[in-house]
Amino acid sequence: MISIDWFLALSALLFCIGIIGVLIRKNAIVIFMCVELMLNAVNLSLLSFSSHYGNVDGQVLVFFSLAVAAAEAVVGLAIIIAIFRNNLSVDISKINLMRW
Amino acid sequence: MITYFFIFLAVLAIASALAMVISKNTVNSALFLVLNMVALAGIYLLLQAQFLAIIQILVYAGAIMVLFLFVIMLLNLDEEESLFNAFRVKYFVAFLLGVGVFSQILYSLGSFSDSLPTVSSKMAQVGTVEAVGDVLFTQYLLPFELTAILLTAAVVGAILVAQHKVRTETDHD
Repeated sequence: MISIDWFLALSALLFCIGIIGVLIRKNAIVIFMCVELMLNAVNLSLLSFSSHYGNVDGQVLVFFSLAVAAAEAVVGLAIIIAIFRNNLSVDISKINLMRW
Repeated sequence: MITYFFIFLAVLAIASALAMVISKNTVNSALFLVLNMVALAGIYLLLQAQFLAIIQILVYAGAIMVLFLFVIMLLNLDEEESLFNAFRVKYFVAFLLGVGVFSQILYSLGSFSDSLPTVSSKMAQVGTVEAVGDVLFTQYLLPFELTAILLTAAVVGAILVAQHKVRTETDHD
């Protein structure tokens, strides 16, 4: 039986790779995929606590988080398409209309 | 045996996540994310969450990533010539921030891990479809129904945001 610490460390590492990806990449779609990666990392830590304590509530929370992630992906990709139609770019350094 | 399986899946997940961040082609990034999600589904199986492992592959690696690939191919993006943000200082600060958050999480993990109880074998059967569905349709019925409303609202909103202007002819009348 693997200790829960390893699952939590893997979750933390994936979350931080997601953070670094969001901070350094320019392509809006890749940034979006990094957000999905961070959501997955949080799901992993919820699941590891859930099976560690033998409590099913964490798995139900992961289920709802999956549904919210699906809704978020749909709306976010629609926004990216709308921006691309006006701007012909998904480069976030070129999308600066509302920048002060 | 389970330990080797975990090490294999964890290395696969971390390597595909890193490859997703640094790969130049957006399609390759999306495919590496699919690989990462499949590895995570294997890790869910190790945690005895069979239902969510299947759902992870069906919903994430299936539906959501197909949506991502559709959008990438619809927009017909070129390969980026400069992959990262222009300022190298910003890149360095981002790396430091990421490492800082990771070390903070590891520190709090290390200070709390002694207080965690060990799991008994009879409580390990929590991840089956039966157990999850039993709780989902009794105790969490209202949030489950609200999820349906959320998904409907998301679909309607996505169509509204992404559609072309269709009423240009009636505007002139």
